[in-house]
Amino acid sequence: MSLVVDILSAICLLTGSFLILSGVIGVIRFPDFYTRIHAAGITETLAASLILIGLMLIAGWGLVLFKLILILLFILFTSPTASHALGKAAWKSGLKPHGLVNKHDED
Amino acid sequence: MNNMFLIVTTITLLVVMALALIRAFAGPTVFDRVLAGNLFGTKVVLLIAVMGFLTGRPDFLDVALTYALINFISVIGILRFVEITRKSSPKEQS
Repeated sequence: MSLVVDILSAICLLTGSFLILSGVIGVIRFPDFYTRIHAAGITETLAASLILIGLMLIAGWGLVLFKLILILLFILFTSPTASHALGKAAWKSGLKPHGLVNKHDED
Repeated sequence: MNNMFLIVTTITLLVVMALALIRAFAGPTVFDRVLAGNLFGTKVVLLIAVMGFLTGRPDFLDVALTYALINFISVIGILRFVEITRKSSPKEQS
């Protein structure tokens, strides 16, 4: 039983690390702010929860598991909110997406 | 055996934080920098949690939770500040 849990946690940790790496490469290489926020969003929610689930599997039952669940819930609640606030602030400050041809100011 | 995976995750997190710093310095607009800062903060939370497991000290998780709280508040604070100063002096930015 503990072997299965170890393997599962190893899989979760490795996929989480891979997703974080690919997400950050996206944040660096993407041409425009709005595409970068998408790449960063992936790493913050999916990859973070995968790594935390990997840690939960290692931790087993107990107070540590409860704290990890709290951290996971908090990250899942706040990182989308932060990304939304970031996108709204960027949009309201007039930052237009790359290559967006507005119907109004076309002429 | 699972210590090795924790070490791999720690190294990946450190590499990711370095790459996020590149975006923070290179980012043309201030929002890229705030985005990189937010990304950096979340990775620090994960790094503290993984280090807590590596060194076998479960009380690191409280530090990680507190850091997640502070990171979120700081991002919202910076955005409020930028939004308010932008309202007084709106300037176009590509």
